[in-house]
Amino acid sequence: MGGTLAAILSIGFHGLAFAMVLYLISVGLSVTMGLMGFVNLAHGVFAMLGGYVMTGLMNRYGVPFLAALALAAIATALVSIPLERLLYRRFYGGEELDQVLLTMGLIFMSVAGATYLWGPLTQHMEPPHWLAGQVDLGFRSFPAYRSFLILCGGLLVIALWLGLERTRFGAQIRAAVDNLRMAQSVGINTSRLFMLTFALGSGLAGLGGGLGADLLAITPSYALQYLVYFIIVVAVGGLGSIRGPFFAALFIGIADTAFKYWLPGLGAFFIYALTMVLLLWRPQGLFGRA
Amino acid sequence: MAAADARAAAIDAFARRHRFRALEAVPWLLALAAYGVFPGYLPLGAQILATILFVLSADLVLGYAGIVTLGHAAFFGTGAYTAGLLAANGWGEPLSGLVAAALIAGLVGFLSGLIILRTTGLALLMQTLVVATTLYEAANKAGRWTGGDDGLSGMVVWPIFGVFRFDMFGRAAYTYSLAVLFLGWLLARQIVHSPFGRSLTGARENTARMHAIGAPVAQRRLIIYTISAGLAGVSGALIAQTTSFVGLTSLSLERSGNALIMLIIGGVGRLYGAFIGVPLFMIAQDRFSKADPVYWYFWLGLLMVAVVIFARGGVLGIFERLWKWPGK
Amino acid sequence: MRGSFSRLFAGTISAAMFAAVSLAQGQAQTTVKIGIINSYSGFVAQAADEMQKGMDLYVKLHEKDLPPDVKIEIIKRDDTSNPEVGKRLAQELITQNQVQVLTGVILSPVAAAVAPLTAEAKVPFVITNAAGVSIPRMSPYVVRTSFTLWQECFPIGKWAAEQGWKTAYTEVSDFIPGHDSEAAFIKGFTDSGGKILDSVRYPMQNPDFVPFVQRVKDAKPDVAFLWVPAQTQATAMMNAVRDLGLRDAGIHIVSAQDLLPDEELPRMGDTPLGLITAGNYSTAGDRPANKAFLAAWKAEYGDQSIPDFFSVGGWDGMAAIFDLTKATKGKFTGDEAMAFLSHWKNPDSPRGPIEIDPNTRDIVQNIYIREVKRVDGKLANVEIATIPLVKDPWKELNPPK
Repeated sequence: MGGTLAAILSIGFHGLAFAMVLYLISVGLSVTMGLMGFVNLAHGVFAMLGGYVMTGLMNRYGVPFLAALALAAIATALVSIPLERLLYRRFYGGEELDQVLLTMGLIFMSVAGATYLWGPLTQHMEPPHWLAGQVDLGFRSFPAYRSFLILCGGLLVIALWLGLERTRFGAQIRAAVDNLRMAQSVGINTSRLFMLTFALGSGLAGLGGGLGADLLAITPSYALQYLVYFIIVVAVGGLGSIRGPFFAALFIGIADTAFKYWLPGLGAFFIYALTMVLLLWRPQGLFGRA
Repeated sequence: MAAADARAAAIDAFARRHRFRALEAVPWLLALAAYGVFPGYLPLGAQILATILFVLSADLVLGYAGIVTLGHAAFFGTGAYTAGLLAANGWGEPLSGLVAAALIAGLVGFLSGLIILRTTGLALLMQTLVVATTLYEAANKAGRWTGGDDGLSGMVVWPIFGVFRFDMFGRAAYTYSLAVLFLGWLLARQIVHSPFGRSLTGARENTARMHAIGAPVAQRRLIIYTISAGLAGVSGALIAQTTSFVGLTSLSLERSGNALIMLIIGGVGRLYGAFIGVPLFMIAQDRFSKADPVYWYFWLGLLMVAVVIFARGGVLGIFERLWKWPGK
Repeated sequence: MRGSFSRLFAGTISAAMFAAVSLAQGQAQTTVKIGIINSYSGFVAQAADEMQKGMDLYVKLHEKDLPPDVKIEIIKRDDTSNPEVGKRLAQELITQNQVQVLTGVILSPVAAAVAPLTAEAKVPFVITNAAGVSIPRMSPYVVRTSFTLWQECFPIGKWAAEQGWKTAYTEVSDFIPGHDSEAAFIKGFTDSGGKILDSVRYPMQNPDFVPFVQRVKDAKPDVAFLWVPAQTQATAMMNAVRDLGLRDAGIHIVSAQDLLPDEELPRMGDTPLGLITAGNYSTAGDRPANKAFLAAWKAEYGDQSIPDFFSVGGWDGMAAIFDLTKATKGKFTGDEAMAFLSHWKNPDSPRGPIEIDPNTRDIVQNIYIREVKRVDGKLANVEIATIPLVKDPWKELNPPK
């Protein structure tokens, strides 16, 4: 029996780590879709960029892990700003199909661009020595790097929650999601708000891409390869919220891992069946507004 | 008086819309001319023609019924595997293969539509994607029949009418695809100009009002979804028969996504978007990938971004703004 | 910006319209046209890159060895990992570009779609990777210079049983190469008295292998056979093995070379140390031909670039085509080419002696049992045993009907 318990613990733990990566990458997508009414299929490009920046800094220039991670998030956020100003903002609230074509085009360009800049090889992320190996939590030990991932993810969730609930910026975002026109008429600079939110979401994706490089491997076709995971999290979670994608990622990360463990032969079907059932039950997502 | 006039004008406009215009002959004349001018490109031409039918079927649900789908490959692949399995198991007659493909794909469309069409928007998009992905995984699991990832080979397709053999140069494939596309287009045209088609557009523009005038919106959406699935199945069967091969890519997300992209490039909900978007996309892909086999994705992506920026509403959108399409 | 967009547009459209550009006029000398179909873009781009570099390197080093009045012309096409595109490109290469030889192809489905066409057109098709075991039977014009998974996994199954390991657990990717490996390993292992506890197939594009590796850990077999397609998936699998401490739990791991491709090895940390795989090529192979190959590779592509079995498949495929060209002075029909290619031998490939089996047109080569060891501070697949000149076991077990 001890063996079964250990297996359940292990599955829960690894599912949680996977969920954190999914959440960090997807939360920005959920907010852009809910707030700006923009279907940004190219969101994964920012995660990929974060991954490349981080692994590049670490492997080529020997930058320490934490610094490289922070720089990856910052660099991604900075790159996203001109893109938002020059391209994305023209399409806010516009025809969804135009947004799809634009962002798919950007994904295609990112595939070739990444191949050109970094070559077709997968980028490797070697965890720093203080995160290699296992950590002993008394009753059993867990892989250190994944424990760190969960810890980071947890802290960021709390920070995002507090930021949204307690800061002026957060209040502005909530106001704009609830009623954009009203927010504008009370004097919120929504153009600036959009830009900052977009940069924040992209920066988080960059952070998630870098942190999760061990799980979602950094290759040129990253943005296409994992797109389905990201939009499932957003659709199941509901648009424009911070809680929604969190629970969706948690649910999908853990359920996917658990189901693959118990019924490996049907492992590929499960996540889709679950998505279908959840969306038939709640078409607006778990936390979306009807 | 004024009301009667308006009514007469509306009926007249409606009838005029249905009448064939000279401009509509252009794609067909071009397609016939291409046969003579580019004999070396007939295999590509045949794939373009079959893909036009596929994208046209997607236009029926997206453009006319407002169902944004990322899973239309489900029906394309179902049709391809239907025709493929028939031909690999001793029945290589192509025309009956097409009919079987239409029926089976239509059935899959009907059954899945029954479940998923209650939702709208992003949820519906995800449902269509889920249906296609589930079929993809199922086809991979059923490797004993489908050949799984290696693909279904060993198809023996008989000559069309027992006379025209599918040759290596793609002559028969091109002509066959062109004829089938023409019939598919006639059907699609008939549908969108019928009262049924108009009521679909009405439901797309304002569902609540269509409900209010008593139109059975859900039922009509299901019917058009089924028809569209059947047409997509025919296009899948066309590609299966003309290439004698069916692979898992016939069910892939990439195929669904590309159909959407080509439709948007051409112009959505205009019946002719597919005729412009598909050749533009596929020829660009072919040229770019031959000029630059490694980085051609970049140029294709740039083309897409350029279309969005300079040609919103697709290429047909430009024409529309230039000329103010007659009847609009 | 606007100018370049419109130029691009105009370029596309005019290129499309005037695409029927006639090919270069025939010269006095003989030109052998070779069509390469490869997956330059898409999810196997990394493998495609390795294979292409192997081909390019061979051409660069040996072009001068061709007869003085014979030239080769290479036409590269991207199949976009899509069989119907691959088939159409092959059609165009044959009918329009009039290539005399087709070669390349990473993915088995693409090769399976192209093969029947080569039978109709009587064009030799030298497959430099696609390992689907039955492909050479689809057309008498196919020869293969890579490997089959039966060639590698059958011997490693046998080898595992010989180590005294009684129970095994197999896990493979759920597509044909995975199924081939699974069947071959099980046959090799059980024929020698081993017992299979369970066999699991995971989805093709699976990001995290933890749930599957956890099952192995629970089952406590003596040996686990874990197969994934090379590259990204290989590293992901090794991460799961590391995170779950599978090796500390006393479970041995064996696989085919795909689990530990040479160019991925430096990215896997110390986890692979001591792992045993069967393969046809390792950069650590101690042969003069391999040393020369590696030196040329590093000179051409830089010190950071590492070749692998894809590269060697491409290299030897080109070698076969070059030998054909030399032997016939560049003038051959499809049947003459096949008569030559199906008896082709290369005693001195970087991977050791190789030859084509004239009956199956598949490759016969040494299979090496390799152990990951630290050599000069870096991990390497060191060859510890050689099974000489292995024919594809599947074709021996399943004679043509």
